[in-house]
Amino acid sequence: MTTPISINQARGIAINLTDRPIVRSLMAIAFAFIVFGIFIAIIGRDPFEVYSKMFEGTLGSKVGISEVGVRMIPFVLTALAASIPARVGLINVGGEGQLYIGAWAATGVALYMDFPTIWLMLPAMAIAGFLGGAIWAGFAIALRHFRNVNEVISTLLSNYVAILFVNVFVFGAWKNPTGFGYPYTANFEVESILPAIADTRLHFGLVLPVIGIIATYLFLSRTRWGANMRAVGGNPDAARRRGIPVLRYIIIAMLVGGGLAGLAGMSEVSGIQHHLRPGISNSLGFMGFLASWMANHNPIGIIGTSFLIALIVVGGDVLQFSGNLPSAAMLILIGLVLFSILGFRRFERKTE
Amino acid sequence: MSDVWLVLGGTLTGAVGPGISVLYATYGELITERAGRINLGIEGSMLMGACFGFIATVETGSVTLGIFAGMIGGSALSLILAYLVIYRNTNQLATGFALTLFGAGITAYAGRSYVDSTIGGLNPIAIPFLSEIPKFGSALFDQDILAYIAYGLGPLLFWGLHYTRTGLSLKAVGESISVAYAAGRNPYVIQIAAIAIGGALAGLGGAQLSLGFTHTWSEGMTVGRGFVAVGLVIFAMWSPLRAMVGALLFGGAIGLQLQLQTVGAPVSPFILDMLPYLIIIFVMALWSHAAARAMPEGLKGVLKATT
Repeated sequence: MTTPISINQARGIAINLTDRPIVRSLMAIAFAFIVFGIFIAIIGRDPFEVYSKMFEGTLGSKVGISEVGVRMIPFVLTALAASIPARVGLINVGGEGQLYIGAWAATGVALYMDFPTIWLMLPAMAIAGFLGGAIWAGFAIALRHFRNVNEVISTLLSNYVAILFVNVFVFGAWKNPTGFGYPYTANFEVESILPAIADTRLHFGLVLPVIGIIATYLFLSRTRWGANMRAVGGNPDAARRRGIPVLRYIIIAMLVGGGLAGLAGMSEVSGIQHHLRPGISNSLGFMGFLASWMANHNPIGIIGTSFLIALIVVGGDVLQFSGNLPSAAMLILIGLVLFSILGFRRFERKTE
Repeated sequence: MSDVWLVLGGTLTGAVGPGISVLYATYGELITERAGRINLGIEGSMLMGACFGFIATVETGSVTLGIFAGMIGGSALSLILAYLVIYRNTNQLATGFALTLFGAGITAYAGRSYVDSTIGGLNPIAIPFLSEIPKFGSALFDQDILAYIAYGLGPLLFWGLHYTRTGLSLKAVGESISVAYAAGRNPYVIQIAAIAIGGALAGLGGAQLSLGFTHTWSEGMTVGRGFVAVGLVIFAMWSPLRAMVGALLFGGAIGLQLQLQTVGAPVSPFILDMLPYLIIIFVMALWSHAAARAMPEGLKGVLKATT
């Protein structure tokens, strides 16, 4: 026989439940959607219609689901690009620029190297993309180490430099001579294209975030090095006294982070665009940064937050297409989601 | 050889105009940081100022109202940061950055039907005699009214920070919240005020950009000027007077880029576009050790760059 629980017990359960980070995050997301719904109502649209259109357009069809998957690939990779450095206490806001440089490097390989098969070409492009992003992030870490320049500002400003850097090539030496003057590179040969999955836009670049998440999760939670990274991020002085080579961890975390963002760039040019052009990213790297913070830099949580952002972005495109809302409005919703997730989080240790 | 002089002269004349919007944002960020907080949302506040300043000017026909609308827009955005970082203890850098994207969304949405609008905007006012000084006279003294206010604001802020009660309280909060509290100040009220004023000044800078410099509105038109301002505050070592030098440097980079384009330098225009960002990173690296010493105590936890 079950005994009915008292009011106090029920309250205890409720408090325990709302203590869980996942429950708090879900409450925060619901709160953000309600606030945005009010905003939609204020500008004279029907929030229920808007949300149901968003849902239909994303999860209601095969095309919608595959689009969400396509968006998730760069979001997860650039989110990892923020979360791995965050473990050692670095803030990498340069995912956008690292993505551009990765895309540039991968394109360079695709255009100027002659690998006969896809099995050689794609790995070469991935390596180039990874190295490109890593080197770009490396500048920030060098400035930090040698010249005391905080990485937040250097990575932020280097985003703008990276975007212009790509323009130098696509408007200049790499411009397709048969492209009617458009600033595109020539289209990739079939060896340099990540094949599509099941006749959708979803492509085999999908393996990159899957491997990235699993490897990061296992590395951070199951290895001594992962534990050391946490120690470096928590208190570098204490870590140093325990004999942990702090600088080495910081450098590697930042380079790996930049490399993953570079891979996102490789996957975009090779899986979606099939050439390099200006504005390939359109804030993918910034969204990844937000996804990482929403998930508190937890690799498993990043799957959820990247999914949510992809849902909002693809939903925004659907709404723009159907004339319900301009897609710029979705940036407002993403901002609201982040603010409420951060705001709903319990007061904890100051920062990680 | 004559080309070199042409370029240098043009750079000087072209340095003031583009620097003014950044200068306001730098003043704003400087006040915020002196109170021990850092606001990366300043880029979003600039966009808010540029957008709502422009919209208000188009709708009312009054540039003055436009300027105020821009300041209110910038300030409103920064108050979200104030609430989240002070009362919810969120990470300042992530919150500020999210705020920038939020502001970009709001302005892209609100401003989309104003992209093709035209305005008279702010017009240059030539100061008699001063503007006739050869070489740099017209560069400095043939500017819009907001430029002259910006010249005055630097020394005023310097005096305010170092010689007034309010300024000293502000600096005290930035050095140590508990000491300021023990001295009978309410540190959080001061920080909120500093963040709000900082946002308003960034909004003013944005308004200067759309009303006084470009006379148009376009999505994301600040292209990182707010982040440049955050860098310049560090270069300026939290001094309003050095901030003026920094803004001139940024303006000079843009002026140089325009000049090189005019004389047809054989370089990709995109490489020239990189100059302003690269120069800011470069000067930050150059003065970084001195800046680290001058940094307000309250910022050291967030802006540390040593391990």
